[in-house]
Amino acid sequence: MTFTLPPGLALQKVDERIMTLNVGPQHPGSGHMRIIVQIDGDYIVACDPDPGYVHRGEEKMAEYRNYITNIPHLERPVIHDSCNVLYPYVLGAEEILGIEVPERAKYVRVIASELNRCIYIMYWLAIYGIFLGHSTMFMWPAGDRELLIDLMEKMTGARVTHAHFVPGGVRNDLPPNFEDVCLRQVNYFEKRIKEYAAVFYDNPILISRTRDTGVLSRQDAIKYGTTGSVLRASGVDYDLRVKEPYDVYDELDVHTNVMKEGDSYARSRIPWLDMMESCNIIRQALQKMPKSGSVRTKLKPNPKGKGLNSVYKRVESGRGSLGCYIVSDGKTEPYRVKLSVPSFRNLIALPNLLRGEKLGNMPSVYWSLNYWPVEADR
Amino acid sequence: MSVIAPKFKLSEFIKSLLDNVFWIILILVLIGLPAIFMILFVIELPVINGELLTPFLALSWLVNPTRTLPIVHAFMETDIFRVIAFPGFGFAALLAAGTIFVERKMLAKLQLRVGPFYCGKFEGILQLMGDGLKLISKEIIIPAKADKPIFWAAPVLFVAAAAAFVAFIPVAPGWVVADVEMGLLGVFAVIGFFPIITILSAWSANSKFPFIGGIRALFQMVSFEIPLILSLLGVVMLTGSLNLSEIAASQSSFPWIVFLPVGAIVFFITMLAELERIPFDLPEAESEIVAGWLTELSGMMYGLVQLGTYLKLYAFAGLFVVIFLGGWNGPMVVPPFPAEILENGIEMGPVTAKFVGLPLFTQEMLNGTLWFVLKTAGVIFFILLPRGVFPRIRVDMLLNLGWTKLIGLAFVNIFIALGLLYAGVLGPGGLQ
Repeated sequence: MTFTLPPGLALQKVDERIMTLNVGPQHPGSGHMRIIVQIDGDYIVACDPDPGYVHRGEEKMAEYRNYITNIPHLERPVIHDSCNVLYPYVLGAEEILGIEVPERAKYVRVIASELNRCIYIMYWLAIYGIFLGHSTMFMWPAGDRELLIDLMEKMTGARVTHAHFVPGGVRNDLPPNFEDVCLRQVNYFEKRIKEYAAVFYDNPILISRTRDTGVLSRQDAIKYGTTGSVLRASGVDYDLRVKEPYDVYDELDVHTNVMKEGDSYARSRIPWLDMMESCNIIRQALQKMPKSGSVRTKLKPNPKGKGLNSVYKRVESGRGSLGCYIVSDGKTEPYRVKLSVPSFRNLIALPNLLRGEKLGNMPSVYWSLNYWPVEADR
Repeated sequence: MSVIAPKFKLSEFIKSLLDNVFWIILILVLIGLPAIFMILFVIELPVINGELLTPFLALSWLVNPTRTLPIVHAFMETDIFRVIAFPGFGFAALLAAGTIFVERKMLAKLQLRVGPFYCGKFEGILQLMGDGLKLISKEIIIPAKADKPIFWAAPVLFVAAAAAFVAFIPVAPGWVVADVEMGLLGVFAVIGFFPIITILSAWSANSKFPFIGGIRALFQMVSFEIPLILSLLGVVMLTGSLNLSEIAASQSSFPWIVFLPVGAIVFFITMLAELERIPFDLPEAESEIVAGWLTELSGMMYGLVQLGTYLKLYAFAGLFVVIFLGGWNGPMVVPPFPAEILENGIEMGPVTAKFVGLPLFTQEMLNGTLWFVLKTAGVIFFILLPRGVFPRIRVDMLLNLGWTKLIGLAFVNIFIALGLLYAGVLGPGGLQ
């Protein structure tokens, strides 16, 4: 019987010059994962990402709960982007249960998911800042994020894990006077994030550190199956909000931000531009939203799925296209729920991007991939 | 109710304290005082300012405290006072503690937060003390395969080297611990110790991340020492002296930064790199190599390294002030000591108190110290400021900067100094 040790534990016969570094899981620059890096001097010769430290069995848990009670735990993989991570599941469940969604609920969903995208990107940007040693860029986004978290709290009653989307609409109607408050906060937020350019994105040291590092070409980006900001930073014009519009995105004017460089700087700049685009979308949605009406089609208790049926829905989340595959066998619980997450797709590019880079570039390239360890492990 | 002492009673606690005090007094009176008086028969008593220093003098001090002044004055002229208290370690440590507080509060204001807030009544002013107590009380963990003697010695050596650096800095005219003729060379020699101590600490930890951090620190410090030394040569040419006190005294009419701004800029940048401050904090880059060469240090060993780092920061800022900003020179703002107190003393009803030893400090010394501290605080502020603005740079960019741009600029500075010298604008000893 042959017994193979997991990677990183096995003794490998390597050159004496090469040192193996275990970056993570107890490391300030890794998140809930491990990157096994082999370095020759200051250069990385091989890199082996090792996710799986926060596998919580969300997909298996979903097979034992009915369509409604699945909602609070399925948003746990990315609590900072909880509306978007629930979105494909809710869209799929609506098709399986056969429910129509009121028009106003669709707009509320779009506003909530765009606000949540900004909240996620701000958190991501804060960590990107501290990975580059820029402590101001850690504190500013973490503070300005509160503006939108307050909005979400007004809207849903919870600060981070909202559980707001349900099959058939959203849980609660908007509070009175929400539109004015939202418009004011979003305008201020947009003004605030534009100031980040001066301290971070136009900073000469940042540009010289991240330009031409970890370059992902257009062909490779498509070949590896990367999505979201990584794909758009490599010059591929692909955004599910435009290409496969869901809910009311086809009625809104969505602009896709694309950069051609494909380096670490472009991958960090695209989410920032996306936040401004999100502010535009929120303003449009607030204008076009029906001022009154129902926001939720009532379900009967314990609804059953329609026979043997499967559905695949995907949305554009903060990290890229996030898909959810639901199989129903006519019971109150789904037979199988599979989340196809963007983080894992983007991680595939990491070994190829890091090979030949300097060790100092590792945090910036790794985090620019818009990778969220908890989501990849599910 | 606390978990540690569930049956705590204040009255019993005070009673136990009083018990201890009682026994201490008893032992002192029965054993300590007889022992002291027996020893006093044998040794020769010192004479200070014509007064025999006997134990009975303590009784007359109780009656007339002003009689202690000559003793204090005599103590202030000793080397021990200079090393421990004023231009030496105590003064530097006080400024370093102030630096840490200002750094945390200023950075917090820059980043739209409050910083230390709860410890101490006013704006978390006791936070540093709390941190120090925490570090002292923590367990010191040493890696199993570390080279223990060197690993223990490195933090202590680091503080010792930083304190040696502080000893060269003149604070006021005549107030310097080590007034050596080759002062600047001594400073360079002490700066040369830091990379050795760093690499010793990093290598002896026998761990990967400290090793990488130590190698980075070695690269950084060694390659930035060259522009550091070259950038100061211009001033040495113009003053014709390596003595730091003389360099400071030569700037009584104008500081050298007016004529040698290039050298000042180069020295400032190399100073940031030598101090491992952001943007040059590669040896401690936490997202890449955890805490660099400090990774395996725990408890007070880490605290000592931090103390040494801030002492070094003060010393570098002081060196910048002495060499480029005129040291203690500045307009006289401190008022002279009131003459009538010296002559007539202070009348308190029927009693007139005469103060023999006053003034403790001369007017020049107080004024010089004031200007030196103000200028040093300004330089420290500018050293702290980049931390809020810049990200960390990479090691290849750092070496490129050090070996090409900074050395080139340092030579430009030397040529400027030579030009000024040969054109006859300036010469040894100031403006001609």
